[in-house]
Amino acid sequence: MDSTTPKNSLVIKNLQVSIEGKEILRGVDLTVNSGEIHIIMGPNGSGKSTLCYALMGHPAYEITGGEVLFNGENILELSPDKRAHLGLFLGFQYPREVTGVTFGNFLRIASNNLQKNRDPSVKPLSPIQYYPVVQKAMNDMKLDKSFIGRSLNEGFSGGEKKRAEIIQMNLLKPKIAMLDEIDSGLDIDALKIVAEGIQKTFEEQNIGVLLITHYQRILNYLTPHFVHIMSKGKIIKSGDMALAHALEKEGYDQFITA
Amino acid sequence: MSNNTQDKLAQDLSTYKYGFSTDTKSVFKADKGLNREIVEAISKYKKEPQWMLDFRLNAYEIFKSKPMPTWGGKLSEIDFDNIHYYVKPSDRSMRDWADVPQDIKDTFDRLGVPEAERKFLAGSGAQFESEMVYHNLQDSLTKKGVIFEGIDDALKNHPDLFREHFATIVPPRDNKFAALNSAVWSGGSFIYVPKGVHIELPLQAYFRINSENMGQFERTLIIVDEEASVHYVEGCTAPTYSSDSLHSAVVEIIVKRGGKCQYTTIQNWSHNVYNLVTKRAKAMQDATMFWLDCNLGSKLTMKYPAVYLMEPGAKAEILSVAFAGSGQHQDAGAKIIHAAPNTTSSINAKSISKGSGRSTYRGLLKVYPGMKNCKSKVACDALMLDKESRSDTYPTMEVDEDEVSIEHEATVSKIGEEQMFYLMSRGLSEQEAATMIVNGFIEPIVKQLPMEYAIEMNRLIELEMEGAVG
Repeated sequence: MDSTTPKNSLVIKNLQVSIEGKEILRGVDLTVNSGEIHIIMGPNGSGKSTLCYALMGHPAYEITGGEVLFNGENILELSPDKRAHLGLFLGFQYPREVTGVTFGNFLRIASNNLQKNRDPSVKPLSPIQYYPVVQKAMNDMKLDKSFIGRSLNEGFSGGEKKRAEIIQMNLLKPKIAMLDEIDSGLDIDALKIVAEGIQKTFEEQNIGVLLITHYQRILNYLTPHFVHIMSKGKIIKSGDMALAHALEKEGYDQFITA
Repeated sequence: MSNNTQDKLAQDLSTYKYGFSTDTKSVFKADKGLNREIVEAISKYKKEPQWMLDFRLNAYEIFKSKPMPTWGGKLSEIDFDNIHYYVKPSDRSMRDWADVPQDIKDTFDRLGVPEAERKFLAGSGAQFESEMVYHNLQDSLTKKGVIFEGIDDALKNHPDLFREHFATIVPPRDNKFAALNSAVWSGGSFIYVPKGVHIELPLQAYFRINSENMGQFERTLIIVDEEASVHYVEGCTAPTYSSDSLHSAVVEIIVKRGGKCQYTTIQNWSHNVYNLVTKRAKAMQDATMFWLDCNLGSKLTMKYPAVYLMEPGAKAEILSVAFAGSGQHQDAGAKIIHAAPNTTSSINAKSISKGSGRSTYRGLLKVYPGMKNCKSKVACDALMLDKESRSDTYPTMEVDEDEVSIEHEATVSKIGEEQMFYLMSRGLSEQEAATMIVNGFIEPIVKQLPMEYAIEMNRLIELEMEGAVG
């Protein structure tokens, strides 16, 4: 790990979130630093995905309490694009389709736009300059190069969409990346590719990763530094890989009822 | 109009970058209002033959006798008495850009017209107020017998060719505004492409209204002879005045056996122009007519490019984009008449409404009895950006033959919150995200444009998208 890279941190303090008046998160505390992989596990409906969406700034999620600091700056009043400019990224469980905007063009526009916002002195890359960059990232994720000219996510299979999300994460160079059930709906080969892609970006860019899942199996390919269990809108237990192993053996129940 | 709507309108108008006007001296300006004397004066001023004066006067009577259309957009606010029907900006049409009067040249320089000609056109024309002030064609094409001139010049220079085709596709009796145009027409392009000649680069004409309360009534006549081809592009802008202007053109096209014609419009009138245009083409055996019609500007546009498929093997394709911002109504569409067996057509119309804008697709597909083996595909898609925006679809189908293949689909969509959130999470602002969705929506049509125009279209969409989305 490059010790000269400044350390980035996402600090979540007592975060409370409601959707349409219904309380979903009841006080979440969590800190994610660059150079760390965190995994949040938990049963359906525990609020895992809500945490991601609220952190990225989805307008339907109402923050009713707590604070979220990105490198010390409160981000809760910022729109999603401003959070992205700071360095937050969300890999979606169900990425949206945009007709008529090619994957390659989208990546170039988004990447140039982010670079411009993060450092105005950086010159935008032309399609010719950007093409090899995308091609390499796609090659790493074993996504056929024909996808570069296809409409963003349109007609992509579930696995292709997930791989495309990891390519986006890799090229948009976030500081802290949240990945919402990035492993769901993947066969074993695709899971391996996705996990390796996360690991590679993590190592090369020294980012912080917050990965949401309710399956153990991604842990066969990815070693987290922290494992958290979420239930009923709170993180009820945190630990390391040992906690994940305990979960695998004994299930959620012992923790939830505890 | 509520204050809110007015503010929005003012805001929309302020984003229109062609809204400047230049101080020009006209050579002749007819008094406001329309009567027989004005019609006679225009004809006399142009030193036209008697048959044209008779044609105009007859058309004027038809115009008076026809009631205002009660369908489409709101036409009741047009004040026919408050319009200058003829404004002559300079003495004659020039072939050399340097000879165009300086004040007019400045206007077109600002619009990038001469630059475009140098870069990617086979020829270009420019109309200022009522007259073409400039027309030029590459010498190599002139030598091949191609004619590209102001239509008034063509009446003098090619009287037989002119008279053989003029008003044969759109007769004055067709509709009230075709009659008005026929009575007071002035300016427009005349194109003749001889047998077997293919013009590779587009020909372009640029139409500019500069005065307040101006009526522009150009007429364009394009004759594509057998096995020949041409791509004609028109663009248009006007300054933003507080009172309305009227643009009412007639476009007639004849595509003979095996010929091809593409007619591309990027309509970007300021938001105080009524744009009421009749465009129609006739395609003969194995001929292809392709309308690519983009409507971004104007207060109200009523325009339905039409193709009459007259002989077997004829093909028609109509692509249309309409963007209705606050205070605008785009009532646009397409008409296809299958008047021969074994003819093919397709229509793809995409409309976007923003703010209080309203877009209407109005189309006609007609297949006459006995016209077997006709094929047609009609698709219209609407995208609405705001809760208050409006979109309507009136796709009329009159199919009187069973042995045909007709497909029709229509979609209406709204920009979704989840789609916006997804794009914004990648760092795009709300406006950038919405613009990206809109540009993606019209991409299948924009990609049919020559590159320079595709870039221009995307830029115009970006300008139209300025201001809050929500």
